[in-house]
Amino acid sequence: MKTPAVELRGVQKSFGNTSVIRDVNLSVMKGERHALIGPNGAGKTTLFNLISGYMKPTAGRILLKDEIVSGLPSYQINRRGLSRSFQVSNVFPKMSVWENIRCGLLWTTGHRYAFWKNIDNLPEVRERTAQILQDINLISRRDTPAGLLAYAEQRTLEIGITIAGAADVILLDEPTAGMSRAETERAVVLIRRLTEGRTLLIVEHDMSVVFGLADRISVLVYGQIIASGTPEEIRGNPKVKEAYLGPEAA
Amino acid sequence: MLELIVTSTLNGVLYGMLLFLMASGLTVIFSMLGVLNFAHASFYMLGAFFGFQISRWFGFWPALLVAPVLVGLIGAAVERYGLRHVHKNGHVAELLFTFGLAFAIEVVVEIIWGKSPVDYRVPRLLDFPAFTIFSTNYPAFKMFMLLVSVAIFLALVIALKKTRVGLIVQAALTHPHMVGHLGHNVDRIFMMVFGVGTALAAVAGVIAGPALQTQSNMAEQLGPILFVVVVVGGLGSLPGAFIASLLIGLVQTFAVSINASLASIFGPLRPGNTQPLLADIWNVTIAQIAPIIPYLLMVVILLFRPKGLFGTRES
Amino acid sequence: MSDLSKVAAHPRSVSSNKLGFYGSWIATAIALLTLPYIFSSGGSLTTFSLIGVSIIFSLSYNILLGQTGMLSFGHAVYYGLGGFLAIHAMNLIASSKLPIPLPLVPLIGGITGLFFAAIFGWVPTRRSRTAFAMISLGIAELVASSSLILRSFFGGEAGISANRARLLPVFGWNFGPQIQVYYLVAFWTLLAVIAMYALTLTPFGRMCNAVRDNPERVQFVGYDPHVIRFLAFCFAGFFAGIAGALAAINFEIANAAYLGAMQSGVVLMATYIGGVGFFIGPIVGAIFVTYLLLALSDLTAVWQLYFGLFFIAVVMSAPGGITGLLMKHRPLVRAGTLFTVLRAYLVALVPTLTMIAGLILAIEIVVQHTVNAGEDPNTKAFGVRFNAAGPLIWVLAAALVIGGFVVARRTWRWVGKAWDEALIAAREKGFHA
Repeated sequence: MKTPAVELRGVQKSFGNTSVIRDVNLSVMKGERHALIGPNGAGKTTLFNLISGYMKPTAGRILLKDEIVSGLPSYQINRRGLSRSFQVSNVFPKMSVWENIRCGLLWTTGHRYAFWKNIDNLPEVRERTAQILQDINLISRRDTPAGLLAYAEQRTLEIGITIAGAADVILLDEPTAGMSRAETERAVVLIRRLTEGRTLLIVEHDMSVVFGLADRISVLVYGQIIASGTPEEIRGNPKVKEAYLGPEAA
Repeated sequence: MLELIVTSTLNGVLYGMLLFLMASGLTVIFSMLGVLNFAHASFYMLGAFFGFQISRWFGFWPALLVAPVLVGLIGAAVERYGLRHVHKNGHVAELLFTFGLAFAIEVVVEIIWGKSPVDYRVPRLLDFPAFTIFSTNYPAFKMFMLLVSVAIFLALVIALKKTRVGLIVQAALTHPHMVGHLGHNVDRIFMMVFGVGTALAAVAGVIAGPALQTQSNMAEQLGPILFVVVVVGGLGSLPGAFIASLLIGLVQTFAVSINASLASIFGPLRPGNTQPLLADIWNVTIAQIAPIIPYLLMVVILLFRPKGLFGTRES
Repeated sequence: MSDLSKVAAHPRSVSSNKLGFYGSWIATAIALLTLPYIFSSGGSLTTFSLIGVSIIFSLSYNILLGQTGMLSFGHAVYYGLGGFLAIHAMNLIASSKLPIPLPLVPLIGGITGLFFAAIFGWVPTRRSRTAFAMISLGIAELVASSSLILRSFFGGEAGISANRARLLPVFGWNFGPQIQVYYLVAFWTLLAVIAMYALTLTPFGRMCNAVRDNPERVQFVGYDPHVIRFLAFCFAGFFAGIAGALAAINFEIANAAYLGAMQSGVVLMATYIGGVGFFIGPIVGAIFVTYLLLALSDLTAVWQLYFGLFFIAVVMSAPGGITGLLMKHRPLVRAGTLFTVLRAYLVALVPTLTMIAGLILAIEIVVQHTVNAGEDPNTKAFGVRFNAAGPLIWVLAAALVIGGFVVARRTWRWVGKAWDEALIAAREKGFHA
């Protein structure tokens, strides 16, 4: 029996009296591309925050590769192999594109808190940074401060930082939000390529992205998963139609 | 002994209430504007000096009314023409602006009134002993100070809980951004909050001036203690600031009257001929370390309850 | 792969840059060596020594503020403790005739600073920026107040003194004369500056910047922001301790003022005025502020007020400090469009100076009436004699301020326009920063 890469068991999250996540059970298998969809306000970003350690669940457990991670600080969850991107671009604005990606690598390449090594003298850091910049097609912008990039470029950089380390579980939060049709298509190709062999959990509103990328889809409505399955199963599911289009459409 | 306890309790509560008058303004300004007003104690000092000067010319009672209003106006102007302008330069710049302001205010006060304490007298009307506990006379002026502080405290509580403005301020304590989104004239509210906050500090100055020393280093002395109150009480928490103010007020007042030291308690057990450094620690009395007890309290809180007693928000 | 390695190479040509890099350090060393021959008076040498100490102290402060985004109001604690331990060490070495020469004493100060930073820093570096700032003030007050309680160590109000010439001489130098102290300070200043610069080039140094810019993101690249802040705090304490020890060596005394709020305040202001966004900012700030304070204290009795007002002006209109302001002109210099802006500055200079002169006059009149009330109203400030009595002088001050302000406003609008045009021209030519 394969163990899931990410597993949520009975996870709940309340803020005061408001229950945002109610009893979520979710399994994402290793190597799977899993999309999380649902109407606005369903709690998708909150779920990401819970999985990545930004918040602690009020109840329930979150497991990463069979280890309980609910309650651990984010950096420890990251070191155990989970990396996430953010809905609002969360890059290092004053640093150049090159330096942004490099920051994503330093820990996993073992350099950690080294204050005795010259950062420009680390050939494998340089090569990997260059490789990633090539992969995300931002190599021409390597010296531009990240804060000055165009919106779509920032989103791409965001993805780049997320996959830069050795994380094998990637969480992407609405990576194509605000992108044009063409930019979105390029982004999908990029994401598919970059997450080859890794586990991907992606939140998206753009259905073309979802159906183009996902192996399995889970639908989150009012803090609960109402359906989980292959894209065909979800497309035909009456509960999903009702959630999106109202009771008449079901 | 009982007399000491009663006097110390009264003085401690009084000191705590004064601290709260200032800490409440500081907390509300911090919660709403996101700015830690380093110069808050300077407005307290301005209140004391304005109170002194006005009472020299017109008497204490006019001073009590006019000085806080003047300081509040200065505070509002500082927010409108200074702080608001600096806001776009970031949080650090705002904090440094208030820091520079505190520095400048102290220098100006020193220039105008000099470095020595000024003779800010208790008004004749209140210059009599209110009551006598055993053999000590408790001055009426201090009772007056206590009454004024409690009255203002009650007024604050009522204003916060019962008025519309108070509701907005309460909301802004935890969700400053939402207040703007709800359509209130945030700029005007900020200016008002800053003005009222500094006016409160000034009131504390006007009434504390005659009892404690009115000197140009007042702000420098009280400023750090004010920060300790806010850290111990929890950033952004008014009840926390209240409890912390009383706690520090009482502890510091009681400590001053305790002449115990390790030597006096454990005298015979004194470890022979020790290092001079250890000898200092051995012989220091609690009264001598009274000024630093608030800071020791801060260290203890940081170690065991980092968010403060009632901390809700970090920044 | 070869295509990639080309791309992965240094953005700038390596060999020519190395020459420039090492060349500038060598040039600095030579300048430091020859400075005393140009300015040989005892006063100048003392000033240079003070500037050296101030440079190390300000740079150490910027490790916190500019590089890691931590605002501390109590950095003088590590400076002061370094100074005190240096004095005690000097006394101990001299009386026990230990074979430790004076040039090693700053290291003792540094280790002291490091030690106390490690103890005092672990808990506060967990907190938010605002809480950290307040706690730093609390700890500073705690230590400064303790200095009056632990009199044997801190010497009470008088402090503790030592004689630096009583230590083992090095190559015939006993460091009694000021010039020898200057060379000691210059040596350590160069060493400290190189070390702190090197720190910015390390993975740790870069992650400090990352923590400053986005502590949330830093967690998601695997780093614990608390550890980074703590290590930065330790480094800052180490170099502050070196500065304090050098100051103690120079003055042969350490007292409570070393630890005080004033000392913490001045280093904050000097660093900020110099500019926190660039490595040389604090160096510029240290030199500028030292000379500014020296000059001001000669010109007027209320120099502290002017310094405070100047600092506020910098916070309000030039948050990047002097270096930030100068660096803004970089694209203009590169594109060659600087001239028009400079011309506009010159035009704006006259009314602005007039306005400032009026303000200074007003301040000095008030000073004469309050501080020196009852004395001769004929006084001097900034080298200019005037009579502070009578309404005429007030009228003059008001005229200067109001007239200057009105004209200055218009000229500053011209400056703004000139800037816009020059910047657009520079951007068209491809120079952005």
